[in-house]
Amino acid sequence: MALYHTEDQAMLADTARQFMGEEGAIAKQLRHWRDKQSMDGFGRVLWKQFAELGFTGILVSEADGGLGMGHVEAGIVLEEIGRNLTPSPFLTSSVMAATAIGAGNDELRGRYLPGLLAGDSVFAMAIDEGPKHRPERIATRAERAGNGFRLAGSKTFVVYGGSADMLVVAARTAGADGDQDGITLFAVPKDSAGLSQDPIRLVDSSKATHVKLDGVQVYDDAVIGEVDAGRALLNRVLNAGRIGAAAESVGVADGAFDMTTTYLKQRKQFGKLIGEFQALQHRAAHLYSELEIARASVIKAQQLLDATACGKPSQYADLMVSVAKAKVGKVASLAVREGVQMHAGIGMTDEYDIGLYMKRDRALAEFMGDMYYHAERVAQFSGY
Amino acid sequence: MPNLDVFRFEIGAWLEQNCPPEMREPVRDDGDVCWGGRKFKFKSEAQKLWLERCAAKGFTVPDWPKPYGGAGMNASEVKILREEMQRINARPPLSSFGIWMLGPALLKFGTEEQKLYYLNQIARGEIRWCQGYSEPGSGSDLVSLQTYGEDKGDHWVVNGQKIWTSYADQADWIFCLVRTDKTNKYQGISFLLFDMDSPGVTIKPILLISGNSPFCETFFDNVTVPKHQIVGELNRGWDVAKYLLGHEREMISGAGGGDRLNTIGAVAKRNGLEDPLLRAELAMFDVDALAFSALGEKFLDEIKVGKAHPAQPNMIKYAGTELNKRRHELLMAAGGSAALEWDSEGSNGGSKARTWLRTKANSIEGGTSEVMLNVISKRILDLPGA
Repeated sequence: MALYHTEDQAMLADTARQFMGEEGAIAKQLRHWRDKQSMDGFGRVLWKQFAELGFTGILVSEADGGLGMGHVEAGIVLEEIGRNLTPSPFLTSSVMAATAIGAGNDELRGRYLPGLLAGDSVFAMAIDEGPKHRPERIATRAERAGNGFRLAGSKTFVVYGGSADMLVVAARTAGADGDQDGITLFAVPKDSAGLSQDPIRLVDSSKATHVKLDGVQVYDDAVIGEVDAGRALLNRVLNAGRIGAAAESVGVADGAFDMTTTYLKQRKQFGKLIGEFQALQHRAAHLYSELEIARASVIKAQQLLDATACGKPSQYADLMVSVAKAKVGKVASLAVREGVQMHAGIGMTDEYDIGLYMKRDRALAEFMGDMYYHAERVAQFSGY
Repeated sequence: MPNLDVFRFEIGAWLEQNCPPEMREPVRDDGDVCWGGRKFKFKSEAQKLWLERCAAKGFTVPDWPKPYGGAGMNASEVKILREEMQRINARPPLSSFGIWMLGPALLKFGTEEQKLYYLNQIARGEIRWCQGYSEPGSGSDLVSLQTYGEDKGDHWVVNGQKIWTSYADQADWIFCLVRTDKTNKYQGISFLLFDMDSPGVTIKPILLISGNSPFCETFFDNVTVPKHQIVGELNRGWDVAKYLLGHEREMISGAGGGDRLNTIGAVAKRNGLEDPLLRAELAMFDVDALAFSALGEKFLDEIKVGKAHPAQPNMIKYAGTELNKRRHELLMAAGGSAALEWDSEGSNGGSKARTWLRTKANSIEGGTSEVMLNVISKRILDLPGA
């Protein structure tokens, strides 16, 4: 598989770029919902438009009414989301939750997928339990009770949890906190008794919640996949989220970089365009190089994941997903920092968009593990 | 594609039968590399046999046309050959500047006679080439070069000096940039080929900080070069040189990438790795190196279909060489005092320290990192005044 987009993928990229540039633009979405202090933090109409374009079904199988595409295609949409800082539940609902639900039985898929495909439903992912991403350690418990399970514990950084119709919850049905086995994924409806959410607004104006599960009763039909053996599925969902977040970060970095190089060609000081100064040229050229490398690592990991679909784990794919998330984390951070510095004074103003890129990058860097977390995984996969 | 499967099977079978076991051992140092040429001494019978067998099949330059000593393979077939060779850890049968640098330039700019004559010799490893570009006063500003070829009708008489001529003392021939018009800076340079045994050529190896002398000073004192030994048009040698520099930058940049089965952290661990901060740096390096490998793969895929930006090799050269320098800084840190040993047997003649020092030239030779950044600024980012 060549490491560039096929003709079909390039067409999708054109569609996504045009659509997101118009409908998902910063003024129209991010600033609009932020300044209105909206509860959702994203636009429901835009979410419907995502569905009309088929975006919500990219990772849903054709048998279930989706497009049956892969992570390369999901990444194409995410890169445009990143470039325009478009707030939407696409990554959590259509990439992560869709991957989870797609592994469920007929009844579960029938219950949730049509709403997702239509852009009517929003799903959230409840995985993290502390301020850092540590999915190896899951303390939230689900005990057998009646015809199902009772869930107890707490979750954090549940992105768009307050808008979600259902939360995918990773819980422990057996074993101790750090065990690989004994994990089960549950589809927990938002209005379940004992489920409470504390809404919070993040630095990038996106919405998340702290979730409390206080003896939440669910029935057997809430189980996604197999009881006690959910680790493999969780890893697939995490990989989808990680490479998705990396693709979105590439868009964020590229958007910031474009703004910055444009500015270097417009702003004059000392009677010269500031882009004529070699000190800035070299930093811009270095950033360009790093961005190209980051982009290559992302498409490599996307293709490896797509080639190992059907749930078969691949260590090479796992490795490259972590390489991509870490590399992009490093590079996108550099892109937004250089962006603000090279814009100088106006880079510090709320009026100028470059600061919004810096905020979004920070949130995406944490989501699904930062560069330190993933570099650690690279070391472990490599046996040191 | 079933015919490619058949092709893979045939290649695999041929390699199995023809690659000597000694040539499936990892390359330990430069002595294991087969450079070919009139002065080359084969390290073993197996090395000689492996070169001869590959050359007979055109496998030293598989993508070159058959009449020029190649195997006429397309890109997919070359990829299969490379993969099958990797599968059995086969060493490259021949390494040479003729293959990497001069060959591509001759294929593009050479006359039919030149191609038939020189390319076949390169493919068989009979002639070892060196490159005469840099001069004492013309490093990064290469186009200011002064070595002059005076027109004497059917030949030029060349006078001047080159520096940093890699392996000039071991080379048989040189491809050399020579000024043939003093009034025109860019369009006054010609690309000449000549024998290093020609009267008037003197070579003086330069001792480097690594203690080795891979580079030489090369002096030309009334060297006669026949007119038919020019590549491309008179005074248009800069076009050939630029094309060739692209290939050189690709070649130098190749070294930086990571190998997923042999990350630098895994290498360091074999010598004991107890420092958590060093381990963290190694991990961050491995992230960069593995990501860079993906870029290399992407670039090769894109170049095949003309999707790569023409200035992209400059970016790859910049990133790859900086990465390789970092790799050897970390290997020295991981090696500790054992890596300082300069000539002990246990240190394989100080190979760690010498390699570390050698890599410092990576970001200088073939265009410095600073020049690469200038090129990226100008040709890719289109920044003003760059």
